[in-house]
Amino acid sequence: MSELLRVEGLTAGYGAAPVLHEVDLSVPAGTIAAVLGANGAGKTTLLRTLSGLVRPSAGRVLLDGRPLTGVPVEKLVHLGMAHVPEGRGVVAELTVEENLRLGGLWRRDRADANKALAEVYELFEPLAKRRRSAGHQLSGGERQMLALGRALVARPRLLLLDEPSLGLAPKVTAQIMALLKQLRDRTGLTVLLVEQNVRSALSVADTGVVLALGRVVAATGADRLRDDEELRHAYLGF
Amino acid sequence: MDRFVFLTFDGLSKGAVLAAFALALVLIWRAARIVNFAQGAMAVAAAYAAYTVTTATGSYWLGLLAALVGGLLLGALVERAVMRFVDHRSPLAEVIVALGLVLVVQAALGMVYGNEFRAAAAPFSRTALEVGGVPLLSRYDLFVFGAVLLVLLGLALLFTRTGVGLRMRAAAFAPEVSRLLGVNVGGMLTLGWALASAVGALAAMLVLPTELGLHPHAMDLVFVSAFTAAVVGGLDSPPGAVVGGLSVGLILSYVSGYLGSDVTPMAVLALLLVVLLVRPGGLFAATVARQA
Repeated sequence: MSELLRVEGLTAGYGAAPVLHEVDLSVPAGTIAAVLGANGAGKTTLLRTLSGLVRPSAGRVLLDGRPLTGVPVEKLVHLGMAHVPEGRGVVAELTVEENLRLGGLWRRDRADANKALAEVYELFEPLAKRRRSAGHQLSGGERQMLALGRALVARPRLLLLDEPSLGLAPKVTAQIMALLKQLRDRTGLTVLLVEQNVRSALSVADTGVVLALGRVVAATGADRLRDDEELRHAYLGF
Repeated sequence: MDRFVFLTFDGLSKGAVLAAFALALVLIWRAARIVNFAQGAMAVAAAYAAYTVTTATGSYWLGLLAALVGGLLLGALVERAVMRFVDHRSPLAEVIVALGLVLVVQAALGMVYGNEFRAAAAPFSRTALEVGGVPLLSRYDLFVFGAVLLVLLGLALLFTRTGVGLRMRAAAFAPEVSRLLGVNVGGMLTLGWALASAVGALAAMLVLPTELGLHPHAMDLVFVSAFTAAVVGGLDSPPGAVVGGLSVGLILSYVSGYLGSDVTPMAVLALLLVVLLVRPGGLFAATVARQA
């Protein structure tokens, strides 16, 4: 399997003290990689550095073999990277339809952007019923659907997902995980999934990376993280 | 009664210009959370560009075009060269930089053009047309209404029907998320300043022929009135700016009509004071004002 995302020696943070220390990572195309770890382990900072919102002080990120150093944040979506930030980032003042359109505005291929929009409405029926509702009128689950759907309108190859289960009912979380699996199998989407909810993340992930205090302490198959009691106890606390 | 009718129409005509100028303030406030105190001075600079072009070519319309283009460019320049570098953590820094800009622009205009009043040409007659013996509106008033209406419609279409408008709104509401979605947030900010400055330039072009004419300080009092209108409307709301502009125009027209024009400047300031004391969020504020 070819490698879609590669991270080499990434060190980054806010201000003087780095949050991430020499993080190495490899995500093959068409797989779901779960990034696990306690609060403050650096999971969100890792995603923010990957999408350029935080500048690394050392190391580099390669997408499909191409270094992303110096590529502006707003250009990354052109290269196939979509980032659904923590707290979902739905623009509360805009309607569902406007949020979704925003996700595809950069695309030259208007016909396919419209097709992608229609597909998202098919995928998330509750959104289709609420096209004209403002973002702030949606429930937590609907917001997550909207944020995910908006990322999918860009037809990304790599999806960075930050805590999609946050504040959602277990049933809704399960639906979202099932959907990620379905997208991977059907379209070959690659997902880097940051989760506090270890069980639900490992239920769909192919590989798992455990971060502790900004360092990678384990990187292995998701089934091993699920089954190896010692590993689980040591790093994941259950 | 005739007098009341006349003052009402006159007030609406004044108010239309104030609405446009208030709208320019609202555009920048929405895009950048900055009250552009330099807008009056910037608009006057654009009007001087029009004066130069009209003097050279003899055409009012080429002059108007020069004012609009000059407004666009000046707005973009101010954002790119000045406002972008201001520390946005303190709203006071932005206010002081804007006020400094007023001094610089007005001094520069004084040096280039001198500090005397120059006549500002109107493209249509300012004599009021009579309807049933009552003087109501001049052709120029109709031109003012038409121009302001056109700008309102244009902006409404831009913001609700086009991709650029959607980008501009998204960039203002959620800059980081917008960048992740491929929006060039810095570019949208520049565009917002340019548009607002052009609208301000148009307002100056419309109001100057009805005032004393062109002077580096010609928009000072208009700015205070328009700022009042924008605050009445809630700073965040374009429809609010229009209603605010028309209301302030009417109030000023009644005050100057019934109490004398000497009282008008005081009435503007009193109105601003009352609004800031009673309803600082504006009459149309949908939400509690965000902290800048």
